[in-house]
Amino acid sequence: MAYRLVTRTETSLRAQLLVPLAAIVLTLLAGSVLFSLLGKNPLAAFHAFFIEPLSTRYGIGEVLLKMGPLLLIAQGLAIGFRARVWNIGAEGQLLAGAMAASALALHFDTSESAWLLPAMVCVGTLAGAAWAGIAAWLRTAFNANEILVTFMLSSIALQLLYYLVSGPLRDPMGLNFPQSALFSDAAMFAPLLDNTRVNNSLFLALAASLLAWIFVQRSLSGYKLLIGGLAPQAARYAGFSEKKAVWLGLLIGGAAAGMAGVGEVAGPLGLLQRSISPGYGFAAIIVAFLGGLHPIGIVFAAFFMALIYVGGDMSLVSVGLPNSSATIFQGLLLVFYLACFLFANHRLQKVEIRH
Amino acid sequence: MLDSIVFLLAGTLAAATPLLFAAMGEAVVEKAGVLNLSIEGMMAVGAATGFAVATISGSYVSGFAMAAIGSAILSSIFAVLVLFFLANQVAAGLAVGILGLGFSVLIGKNHEGQTIKSLPDLELGWLSELPFVGGVLFSHDLMLYVAIGMIILVWWVLSHSRLGLIIRAVGESPDAASAIGYPVVLIRFLAILFGGAMAGLGGAYLTLSYTPLWAEGLVAGRGWIVVALVVFGMWRPLRIALGAYLFGAVSLLELFIQGQGFSIPSQLLSAMPYIITIVILVIMSRNPRLIRLNHPASLGQSWHRNA
Repeated sequence: MAYRLVTRTETSLRAQLLVPLAAIVLTLLAGSVLFSLLGKNPLAAFHAFFIEPLSTRYGIGEVLLKMGPLLLIAQGLAIGFRARVWNIGAEGQLLAGAMAASALALHFDTSESAWLLPAMVCVGTLAGAAWAGIAAWLRTAFNANEILVTFMLSSIALQLLYYLVSGPLRDPMGLNFPQSALFSDAAMFAPLLDNTRVNNSLFLALAASLLAWIFVQRSLSGYKLLIGGLAPQAARYAGFSEKKAVWLGLLIGGAAAGMAGVGEVAGPLGLLQRSISPGYGFAAIIVAFLGGLHPIGIVFAAFFMALIYVGGDMSLVSVGLPNSSATIFQGLLLVFYLACFLFANHRLQKVEIRH
Repeated sequence: MLDSIVFLLAGTLAAATPLLFAAMGEAVVEKAGVLNLSIEGMMAVGAATGFAVATISGSYVSGFAMAAIGSAILSSIFAVLVLFFLANQVAAGLAVGILGLGFSVLIGKNHEGQTIKSLPDLELGWLSELPFVGGVLFSHDLMLYVAIGMIILVWWVLSHSRLGLIIRAVGESPDAASAIGYPVVLIRFLAILFGGAMAGLGGAYLTLSYTPLWAEGLVAGRGWIVVALVVFGMWRPLRIALGAYLFGAVSLLELFIQGQGFSIPSQLLSAMPYIITIVILVIMSRNPRLIRLNHPASLGQSWHRNA
């Protein structure tokens, strides 16, 4: 008896739900093997990773705090990914948003205006979109591969950040530390839950999720983008422009990442410093896939990934797990997701071998 | 003055070597029709493995060998994903790249921040004594010459051997290659393993010769520059090698300029390799016909045999 792969004509909802769940189960299995090899009790490790963060108010706040940027960025990236526009530089677009918003906050450091924060959100969002827009322009005008350009741009953004915090935006009273002055209260998001660090910027991510859902499920542009990714030739035949898809995919992803950058500097950080994001821009790529590139799936995926982040920090303290285990978990998740996805759009068919 | 020119040129060769190893590997992988974006992670695993093994065993040979094997094992995960699970190659490359970065930290965790004695230069006798040429060309370690050997080997295999013909056939038209009876999946698998091993050697060269120390994040985007180099070089080994030396020169100039105390922000210099990558990428990609002529026709597409 032999098997062959047959392409499914339709991906069922059941398969779409099973694939990420299977990926999570497999990741946990692989994780327990890894922890055992490291001489740690897998059960204790999983308890630290997945239960501890959710068992205290502070922990839940931390998970929600990390969920915000992951959710926001992943919703933006997913729209591009559906159109096969590969933006892997969300980390840099996040930094661009953080830098622009910080510049505004520091310029109006005595302002008490209620408009300061909304203005920062707008400026940061535009800066993120503009940073991604460079890649869109180079791709549409010069055919330069957006995967490479977005990655290079994020390395450049990081150096720009280092430059700003060591010079133009450095706190003059800050003893030469590479960081800016503290933002005024008017430039900060209000706290959402007492005794936690989570703040109102989470609502931006939830609003973006709703917008993404409407865009993807209900709008013609969303449909065009999807077709452009699934069947470029059909899309061209129908008169949908590929260039427009590249622009739209990158600008939306960049805007979302830029907005997430504002949420970091105007949220838990309260200033501009050398380290803004613990790799949200890269982790959001995994979130987008794990969520099946679907706005609702991404909400769950972002929560799970945030849990891994917080659990990683907590297990470092309580079980002594190496600090790279969160990164390894992230990689494993995507590896298993991609492997399982084969069965969402293919099935195995038995074939008789004729002699 | 002459001394600093010798230093710059010799340094260029050394700085290009990690890129060369990884780029020659990626050239073969892409010629076989597979886009492997996980080079950054594979180089990191090679860098950490090479450093850890050489530190513990005291043997550079074991260090390089285990680096190649370690990265090849990592690349086999990528190979299984894209060849058997027909995963999207971009996504699979990112996944394995992230995994590799995570593993590299784990592998190097007892060695974070440690240094090691650099791989010793070869004793080339009177050759190294030659004025100018001796300093530039004949005072390097063995692996630098191995990298040059790999350029010639990959160039010769791809363009002058039967094996190269098969690899290219698999990359241009897997359907046709399969119809003639070539095992497409096996050939792609081996190409990916080769690419992994080469990325591992490149990473190990960083930690055992070029830097020579281990620190998290030490690969610093070189893996992505390698992917770009293969595009600039239009998938031709000799051009890719030229690109790698050009980048070696850029990173040396960065050190040189900083050393001279010019008042350029150091961050601008650090961003230079990425800016230059974008500029060259734009120049080379501008002509879509040129790209289409050179780029392996099935690059990045999943393929499975339909019996």
